[in-house]
Amino acid sequence: MFNKVMVANRGAVAARVLRALRSLHVKSVAVYSEADQDLPYLTLADETYYLGPASPRESYLNQETLINILLESGADGVHPGYGFLAENAEFASRVNETGATFIGPSPHWIDAMGHKTRARALMASNGLSMGPSSELLSGDLDEAWRAAEMIGYPVLVKPAAGGGGIGMMAAHNAEQLAKALESAISLSKRSFGSGEIYLERLMTQPRHIEFQLLADRNGNVRHLFERDCSIQRRHQKVIEESPAPQLPRPMLNKAGDDIAAVMQKLKYDNIGTAETLYAGGSEFAFLEMNTRLQVEHAVTEEITGIDIVCAQIRLAAGEPLSTVLPEKINISGHAIEARIYAEDPVKFFPSPGPLKKLSFPKGDGIRVETGYAAGSLITPYYDPLIAKLIIHASDRTLAINKLIEALDQTDIQGVKHNIPFLRLVLDSEEFRAGKIHTGLGTDLVARHSGKK
Amino acid sequence: MARMEITSEVTGKVWKIVAAPGQSISMDEEIMILESMKMEIPVLMAETGTLLEILVAEGDAVEDGQIVAVIDV
Repeated sequence: MFNKVMVANRGAVAARVLRALRSLHVKSVAVYSEADQDLPYLTLADETYYLGPASPRESYLNQETLINILLESGADGVHPGYGFLAENAEFASRVNETGATFIGPSPHWIDAMGHKTRARALMASNGLSMGPSSELLSGDLDEAWRAAEMIGYPVLVKPAAGGGGIGMMAAHNAEQLAKALESAISLSKRSFGSGEIYLERLMTQPRHIEFQLLADRNGNVRHLFERDCSIQRRHQKVIEESPAPQLPRPMLNKAGDDIAAVMQKLKYDNIGTAETLYAGGSEFAFLEMNTRLQVEHAVTEEITGIDIVCAQIRLAAGEPLSTVLPEKINISGHAIEARIYAEDPVKFFPSPGPLKKLSFPKGDGIRVETGYAAGSLITPYYDPLIAKLIIHASDRTLAINKLIEALDQTDIQGVKHNIPFLRLVLDSEEFRAGKIHTGLGTDLVARHSGKK
Repeated sequence: MARMEITSEVTGKVWKIVAAPGQSISMDEEIMILESMKMEIPVLMAETGTLLEILVAEGDAVEDGQIVAVIDV
């Protein structure tokens, strides 16, 4: 086990990891920028170090400073949290080169999964479903029309070099495809320097289903079931839950087993989440693999009873999967997480400011993860997440109702927040019936504002 | 036809410019996407018309109230 671990992050995830380290009796080192000096997560660490001015570039993304602190503190492990340098292979390598251990997958895996098209190719060559798609195309219209005929309309034109949803254009017929091709290629050249594109079948009302993986240093891999993260707004997840509603358990387990089997064959390492899109039938189309702890990991912890952060740390320290995880992992009840963001609930602009009041209800099945306390300042330098409210109950309806009650009892003043949007979703017939899809969040907003 | 200025409603950065001068664009379609606190904030066409000028470049910092584009409606 590690002697001392440095947490190279801030706020809620730093608090989460520091708690896990404390429970493992490992000494901890926290870091903070000028903007974060009064935040409560720092009180959970044994030692704290100043990074620099508030901007991420000068603080949480500053590899030089972080490595210097690592050396000065004598820590033998570094946990990167999520975001910032968590998926930066260079940083992971530099940490490992000092003799300390980067708590996460090897730099090789971070790099392999970081290139979306390479990751897809690797997964496809190992038999995982990608959803109908074409080869890399040059932009020749005839070639594109032929590929679209084969895949079947509607199709999505995507830049091969891209990521994050930028530059994708939908086409429902050959005429639209010609226009979409032109737009996508020019945007792709401007944004990514390459006009290479490929086509994918555009899924109607898909669901975002992701599978949690844990692995030891010997390449043994297991999954801890799935999470449904379909409720999103502009590519940001807002509500996540586990298990995925309304889908047969054997089908979900098989998808998880298939992914874990491929990752085991490839000797994956430490932690990861395989994100997929599901649009009916039995196919889970692979999107990407995140080689880090995810924001929404808590919903999996609630239904399985397994502390994923502790497991990740123990696995990184060299413990085998067979002793870290129980032989049988069962699903107990239902868990839902709501992300409370500091944003205007109507226009969705970020709303930084002082948290004059921040109070959450307490009780059985209510879990709050936050990096702030009343009096903290939410600055514009980082993401706008105020807190995650995670509810666990014996079934989904109870969980939804409990979450609504908990949100009603949450008191946040000083900044605007998205609780009205969360309520809009949780009150909706569609969400309550489990008829969710990645467009539902946006649809509900449009319906509510009268635009539909 | 009249010139109309499109302003940013947040302080942030220009993330992606998704339209080009000369294009005819419908009301509420995206001209560019700003980024603030890791969130995507679209800048939309206020009315249907032609995009005349884009006054910022990807990566530029913008302030609340700053004119970022000019359209002809």
